[in-house]
Amino acid sequence: MSNEGVIYRISGPVVTAIGMNAAMYDVVRVGHEGLMGEVIELHGEKAVIQVYEDTSGIRPGEPVLNTEETLSVSLGPGLLTQIYDGIQRPLASLEEVMGVFITRGVDADAFDMEKTWTFEPQVAKGDELVSGQVFGHVQETETIIHKIMVPPGKGGKVKSIESGDFNNTQTVCVLEDGTELQMMQKWPVRSPRPFTQKYAPDTPLVTGMRILDFLFPLAKGGAAGIPGPFGSGKTVTQQSLAKYSDAQLVVYIGCGERGNEMTEVLDEFPHLIDPNTGKPLMNRTVMIANTSNMPVAAREASVYTGITIAEYFRDMGYDVALMADSTSRWAEAMREISSRLEEMPGEEGYPAYLSSRIAEFYERAGRVETLNGDDGSVTVIGAVSPPGGDISEPVSQGTLRIVKVFWGLDAGLARQRHFPAINWLNSYSLYPQSLDQWFRDNIAQDFPEIRTQISGLLQIEAELQEIVQLVGSDALPVDQQLTLEVARMIREFFLQQNGFDPVDAYCDIKLQYEMAKAILSFQEAAKTAMADGALLNDVVNVPARSNLMRGRFEEGYIERIEAMVKEMNEQIADAVEAN
Amino acid sequence: MTGKEYRTITDVKGPLVFLNKTEPVAFGEIVTLRLSNGEIKNGQVLDTSDDLVIVQVFEGTAKINRDTGVTFMGDVFKLPVSTDLVGRILDGAGRPRDGGPEIVADEKADIIGAAINPYSRQSPHDFIQTGISAIDCCTTLVRGQKLPIFSASGLPHNDIALQIARQAKLKDSDEEFIVVFCAMGITAEEYNFFRSDLERTGALENAVLFVNLADDPAVERIITPRLALTAAEYLAFEKDYHVLVIYTDMTNYCDALRQIGAAREEVPGRRGYPGYMYTDLAMLYERAGIVKGKKGSITQFPILTMPGDDITHPIPDLSGYITEGQIVISRELHQQGIYPPINVLPSLSRLMGSCIGEKTTRDDHKKVSDQMYAAYAQGRELRGLVAIVGEDALNERDKQLLDFSGVFEDQFLRQSRDEDRTIDETLDLCWQLMANIDTKYLVRLDEELIKKYHPENRA
Repeated sequence: MSNEGVIYRISGPVVTAIGMNAAMYDVVRVGHEGLMGEVIELHGEKAVIQVYEDTSGIRPGEPVLNTEETLSVSLGPGLLTQIYDGIQRPLASLEEVMGVFITRGVDADAFDMEKTWTFEPQVAKGDELVSGQVFGHVQETETIIHKIMVPPGKGGKVKSIESGDFNNTQTVCVLEDGTELQMMQKWPVRSPRPFTQKYAPDTPLVTGMRILDFLFPLAKGGAAGIPGPFGSGKTVTQQSLAKYSDAQLVVYIGCGERGNEMTEVLDEFPHLIDPNTGKPLMNRTVMIANTSNMPVAAREASVYTGITIAEYFRDMGYDVALMADSTSRWAEAMREISSRLEEMPGEEGYPAYLSSRIAEFYERAGRVETLNGDDGSVTVIGAVSPPGGDISEPVSQGTLRIVKVFWGLDAGLARQRHFPAINWLNSYSLYPQSLDQWFRDNIAQDFPEIRTQISGLLQIEAELQEIVQLVGSDALPVDQQLTLEVARMIREFFLQQNGFDPVDAYCDIKLQYEMAKAILSFQEAAKTAMADGALLNDVVNVPARSNLMRGRFEEGYIERIEAMVKEMNEQIADAVEAN
Repeated sequence: MTGKEYRTITDVKGPLVFLNKTEPVAFGEIVTLRLSNGEIKNGQVLDTSDDLVIVQVFEGTAKINRDTGVTFMGDVFKLPVSTDLVGRILDGAGRPRDGGPEIVADEKADIIGAAINPYSRQSPHDFIQTGISAIDCCTTLVRGQKLPIFSASGLPHNDIALQIARQAKLKDSDEEFIVVFCAMGITAEEYNFFRSDLERTGALENAVLFVNLADDPAVERIITPRLALTAAEYLAFEKDYHVLVIYTDMTNYCDALRQIGAAREEVPGRRGYPGYMYTDLAMLYERAGIVKGKKGSITQFPILTMPGDDITHPIPDLSGYITEGQIVISRELHQQGIYPPINVLPSLSRLMGSCIGEKTTRDDHKKVSDQMYAAYAQGRELRGLVAIVGEDALNERDKQLLDFSGVFEDQFLRQSRDEDRTIDETLDLCWQLMANIDTKYLVRLDEELIKKYHPENRA
């Protein structure tokens, strides 16, 4: 048998070839047009292939060529600011070749192989290099140094090393055993990249979103799931995270979503400034866009392409955040392929291996000691689109079993225009215990206690609301009415955040703490004043309180908030005398 | 490769025909079947291998037997396109239905359609004025958007779609849309209603109709929207027209999809619909948009009827995940005699933010829309409370909001079928209605706008 066979059968994106020597996950070229595909099943001498492009017009008898490589991504300088499809073809290059519609049979390099980068060696002749070690630097964008690493599995003594301008395919370092190293390396997308060991996460991924950082924090190297019905703001939340989280690099995967949404990101990101570095956001971003109408097999591959790129930057010692929007579309791609393979289905037609695939994907998140001895992390945030918003379905359940943070989006809140529409009663984070030390050391000693008080108030509110539904709020005793007012303040002043407001969109974590304290301070002052005879209505309506609440839309709030709280408390105290 | 006729049919099942031992047949290839009585049917290859070919027959498999001759046409399904399409009525498979001549093709276009490169798209930003207040103010339509109407049986979604088709225009512009109308499994009565309305208003001259009626073959419905969108793409991206595609009823389309899935014994997803329905629908809906360097645009108005008024049913659910919002028709409002019975609360236009404001509609649009929505939402909620505790238990603010919700429905939503309100008229009407509420309760409006637009200050 040779590496060339012929097509036996075509059924949508699944093609069967015969007479070809093939191994699982080999990349093949299908038909006269050379469409890219991947071997996903072997039956005797038949190889079943999923094809990453449209197969109409292809006939049995056309040739299939096995490249004998597995589906890999190219990793090297030039990755940042790129926009790829699911199999790492740059969309800009595709436009050049094909025009505005994506046709098929076109190959494109992941980045310009001719472009030169300034390579600065970090080791000298005679140094011993080990697998994964950094041996050179390239200043790829203003903010990111691209560290050039020995590909895993290679190593040895440096015979010669260059310095200066090179492109990705030129040799920059030769080892004693004759191994030539280039800046670019390849890695198969379905295999996790190696590392020395995994650490327990201990630092939060600061997102600037109050409800997330304060109530349901995510650790760097952790994994979070965001399920929500349509229209509840999954994509807006994911995009906010891509914009404002304090990861050094962001990989954004638009997996089976709307074309116009990706366009919006593409239009917007180059103009946005990273609040953590002051430089354009695009400088730290790699984007993968495989929209819902692009080939389904490439959609299946897109999350692996994305996470492999994320791991590569992790190996340089960076904190990387990966957003996958939406993992449900990825799961549906698996379901579609599985059904073409006529596999025995599990729940709701999804393949029986769905949950293990989901688990494997999220397990590629983590904070690690890299082969180079640095500390790097990949944080994964996956959106889930449960049918009808019902999270008892297999993708949501498979995700919840593995992630430690659950940000539950709620259609009801979205309908009330409460954004971000994350339900504070059913969301959770299992990280506070490992992160509390960080909050104590870096923000305030009593940070965890303040958080407990705030979430406690929200819990009490939920119980009181049940009574209010029946009898009206006037029937409650005044102290409970005050609790309701305080909870309302938490919701409207603290949990609601305007992602489109230039100031409010990003809230520093120190400011979050101050705002939470301001709410508790209001509660305290109001309680005291009311014990001395002040009326709830007067206390609630002091002008300084609405100033305090409005202040969050203005620059420099963090400097003024203390004075504003003081003024509010004085006015509340005055309310006693007014009565 | 055309010519050779095979008589190797082994099985016929539902809309599918199975043959063995043929020439190498392409996936997606078009097939003609000649019955022993001389009748000709058409089909398309769904699965092909050396041993077995599965053909989906558009006209149904009645009278097909083992003597039926099958010819493979050597090409995938293509639609002859030219500007002559405008003004024509075609059937669900693209043949003239109006007694006119065959379409003389400028070119033949593959009906599957290629995906638009997301990098080549342009963000939609042109406001379309539909003249319907509820849509213009609260779920604003943008040129290049796909905004479905979620309706249910017995509701006037067709009237709304027609009113939009009639009235839609860019603000301060007479530029008209070419309407591509695609009927899938609707009744002859509904079709006549559409056609006579388009004729009456003269819009038919600027329209292309693809018609598959309830008694036409169900399987043909799979290709009807693809033909319509192929025509739309040609007119928009080759001939610079702005195209409005209305297709009705998506529910019939999805049912046809399910029928084929079942005949192929595929593993079903939710409620028996195929697992690939999301991708399949996306391949229709995503053909809306604007692309760089082309003057035309495609705006889509799919209409679907939610079985049992259930918005979580797979058809509206999957559609909602793909489209850029939805307009929800309410049975309750319809029963109150309100036209158009649009429930603004679950309705949404995701692209609204990009097309409203000072430069395009009016500086107060965003805030007025938020305030109208909020006040109506609260008013509606209070109706529930009033049912339990009575109106007397409400405080002043709640009373005003409760009254407002009635006025909102009666004066803001309600308009006649030929009433074409400009966006200024709509927004002024909003202010007039909101004047029934004390300004201090209008927390989403700022003082500047109140000074500028509140009737008290304008008088």
